[in-house]
Amino acid sequence: MRVIVPLQAVVQGRGGLVLGSLIPCALFYFLQLYIRRDRPSSSASNLPELAPMPRSLSRSLLSPRGSSGPVRLSSRGASVARDDDNPYYVGLKRCAEDPYHHSSNPNGFMQLGLAENWLSLDMIRDWLVGNVKEPLLLDEEGELSIHGLATYQPYDGLMDLKMAVAEFMGQVMQGSVSFHPSQIVLTAGATPAVETLSFCLADPGNAFLVPSPYYPGWDRDIKWRTGIELIPVPCRSTDNFSISIAALELAYNQAKKRGVKVCAVLVSNPSNPVGNLIDRETLYDLLDFVMEKNIHLISDEVFAGSTYGNDRFVSVAEVLDSENFDRRRVHIIYGLSKDLCVPGFRVGVIYSYNENVLAAASKLARFSSISTPTQCLLISILSNTKFITEYLKVNKEQLCDMHALFVDGLKQLGINCASSSGGFYCWADMSMFIQSYNEKGELKLWDKLLNEAKINVTPGSSCHCIEPGWFRCCFTTLTKQDIPIVMERIHRITESN
Amino acid sequence: MAKKGVPLSEMATSDTHGEDSPYFVGWKVYDEDPYDAASNPSGVIQMGLAENQVSFDLLEDYLEQHPQEFGWGCGVSSFRENALFQDYHGLKTFTRAVALFMEQIRGGRTQFDPQHIVLTAGATAANELLSFILADPGDGLLIPTPYYPGFDRDLRWRTGVNIIPVHCNSSNGFRITLRALEDACAGAESIKVRVKGLLLTNPSNPLGTAITRPVLEEILDFVAQKDIHLISDEIYSGSVFSSDEFVSMAEIVGARGHEERERVHIVYSLSKDLGLPGYRVGMIYSYNNEVVTTARRMSSFTLVSSQTQKMLASLLSDKEFTENYLRTNRERLKKRYEFVVEGLSNAGIRCLQGNAGLFCWMNLGELLEEPTVEGELSLWNLILHEAKLNISPGSSCHCLEAGWFRVCFANMSQQTLEVALMRMKDFTEKMKAKQMISSL
Repeated sequence: MRVIVPLQAVVQGRGGLVLGSLIPCALFYFLQLYIRRDRPSSSASNLPELAPMPRSLSRSLLSPRGSSGPVRLSSRGASVARDDDNPYYVGLKRCAEDPYHHSSNPNGFMQLGLAENWLSLDMIRDWLVGNVKEPLLLDEEGELSIHGLATYQPYDGLMDLKMAVAEFMGQVMQGSVSFHPSQIVLTAGATPAVETLSFCLADPGNAFLVPSPYYPGWDRDIKWRTGIELIPVPCRSTDNFSISIAALELAYNQAKKRGVKVCAVLVSNPSNPVGNLIDRETLYDLLDFVMEKNIHLISDEVFAGSTYGNDRFVSVAEVLDSENFDRRRVHIIYGLSKDLCVPGFRVGVIYSYNENVLAAASKLARFSSISTPTQCLLISILSNTKFITEYLKVNKEQLCDMHALFVDGLKQLGINCASSSGGFYCWADMSMFIQSYNEKGELKLWDKLLNEAKINVTPGSSCHCIEPGWFRCCFTTLTKQDIPIVMERIHRITESN
Repeated sequence: MAKKGVPLSEMATSDTHGEDSPYFVGWKVYDEDPYDAASNPSGVIQMGLAENQVSFDLLEDYLEQHPQEFGWGCGVSSFRENALFQDYHGLKTFTRAVALFMEQIRGGRTQFDPQHIVLTAGATAANELLSFILADPGDGLLIPTPYYPGFDRDLRWRTGVNIIPVHCNSSNGFRITLRALEDACAGAESIKVRVKGLLLTNPSNPLGTAITRPVLEEILDFVAQKDIHLISDEIYSGSVFSSDEFVSMAEIVGARGHEERERVHIVYSLSKDLGLPGYRVGMIYSYNNEVVTTARRMSSFTLVSSQTQKMLASLLSDKEFTENYLRTNRERLKKRYEFVVEGLSNAGIRCLQGNAGLFCWMNLGELLEEPTVEGELSLWNLILHEAKLNISPGSSCHCLEAGWFRVCFANMSQQTLEVALMRMKDFTEKMKAKQMISSL
């Protein structure tokens, strides 16, 4: 920390230029070299004013902050206003500007960087067409009434939707556990759900331990406004990127030594970006770990209904049900964007066993409430359990098919994927195609894939993966016909490497 | 608060959510015993909620004629696009329609570029977002009093920003003066709080008055001179009884240079003018490109449902409908206002002369036992529990003069309003009688 502080002064231009620059810079440089070997937490996260950035873009640490105009933004605002160099966002942008279309834009960018599921939307649409003819504004007497939709409603969601969502979650978890509507706070998407929960569990300067690789969005969603630090806890390919309690223990102690208070462990299950499931044994171990440290466990289960393969998904809720753990420390993040394919409608869930968290979160929900008509529409869809059962089944089959086709296609190019049973993507090992076995080499390959092959995939470094060369490739925005085209484009790059 | 077990954050366990204030307590009392003409005629009448229900019939007529749009917001062919749509820029048809609607409200005297609109799930989120973007924890925002009680929570809770009140009083109809602004700034300086912006609500909540052009010009000069931002919350702009009495900051800014324009940000929402608070549609309109970019990124936490955007795009683009709606809505609000003021006047109660909003600002100073906050709250309690009327005490709005109350009138039927005014009259007569006896 002390090494960083003078550098901070230099960055902010607040004097100390002579005192602060030479020696700490040198120390800092050598520290970086040493740290780079093992890739622990980004040192950038010690400087709260700056936006989270990948390590290769350290020049941004020295760029002046604040706006160029006469009236300034806050440091939070200024750091956000700066263009995001993170490949995760750069790729998304390029794709959006020039998207592939099989007939009208065959040379456009193919989007494999966005975890969206387009495979089963037609089922939902067809159901709606067949079932929701009249406007959703009829009251009990069948009279047209805008009253129920238009007026202020509870900020944390209509009770009817909470009930429908609780049912849906139960169905998704295949009846192994039931969820209670009173433990739900609804928000406009899982993005505010995880941020709101974070505000409730930790203060600025506190930290979460996050097994890595992890979803790049968390760096923004959790760190930005809350001031919470995310400490990546590396998982390794040798055990298929499974969570290691020993690694968590190590990271916890390292944080303690630095004087940083760890408040929670944050996991995704099924994992984003790897797609593997946390097994029951590990869930028990995680619960033991957080109990011992007296911290929280946040389980992001947004892909729970998007599983395939032979392993059965086990929610942390199921484990809690069966054992005597202190539930007040467990919180689940869920939403309808992935499993129901409706990200535009903005429906996220905080599911907690802690009434104080629920009380606080339901108040905070005012900043991100779901639009009432959308809630009503979803109540309609979700209440039809027969349709939902069928939908979940068909969706899984389609995911399974696409996954198999895609992984197979990659295999034929000599690219192996981590073993996965869930999510919209595969975690592909392209390390044999990178020229230098480090982050720089990986980003070079990513760049080629993006700008030459025009394929947007997410590089492992954006996900804080310590092993270079891994890429997250989403396949759910593709059709089966697109797959050979994708493979051909990838091949063009890999054969020249 | 959890006594033992896993600790929570400061934010979760503190009281900064502000829900213990009378403003919110009154709502709870109402929730437990809500008035209903048939089933609960002695219940509490809610006059503490600024909701507009006077023009629902217009909306209902519209959707009777356009059922497809309101059904589930999207035609068959575009369901997929809509369900996937997460673009932070918002649906083009929708932002264009909103820009047009805002121009209509201002009688075509201003122009709004849809690309400068950042959508948020309600104005609550818009105001909080601006607070995060324009100020750092510990900084201050100047806000003229009396102000909307929700600001204490919305602007401060998660942001760590301070509110520096700019005190206004009845000697000049609660007009914002340069002196008051300067005093507030000096006060901030003395406690070492850096002022980053000024937040205006125009028309004012709770006063129900539109700020005049000369005052707006003066305010813009002031913020320019202090090199700070200006947020103009114009959420009630469509609820000014007479459209030419409203001057938007957008109009003032039109005649100014780039440097001044860059510091102005307008907040709007469909919750008040269009009576659709449940839809959660708010927005920031900023003349500052950096603020637009930043706000757009931060809007990830508070996006408006794509289905809602689609649904409302058609409604707001229907110029015939919106013109008729705005005109009719204004007329009805005006009528209500006049009815309430007359009713209160018959009870011997004076109100501030207002020309906008869903409420009036009434003075019960004569009924106070003592001209203090305690006296005001004691009276408020009596009105709540005896007259069974939930109105909002001025102290919740940080009004320095005791005895002022905000009374909402647009969230109930005419009949209910009559009952409410009757209760108010009875209550005042009883109080005055009590006062007379005790002074003998």
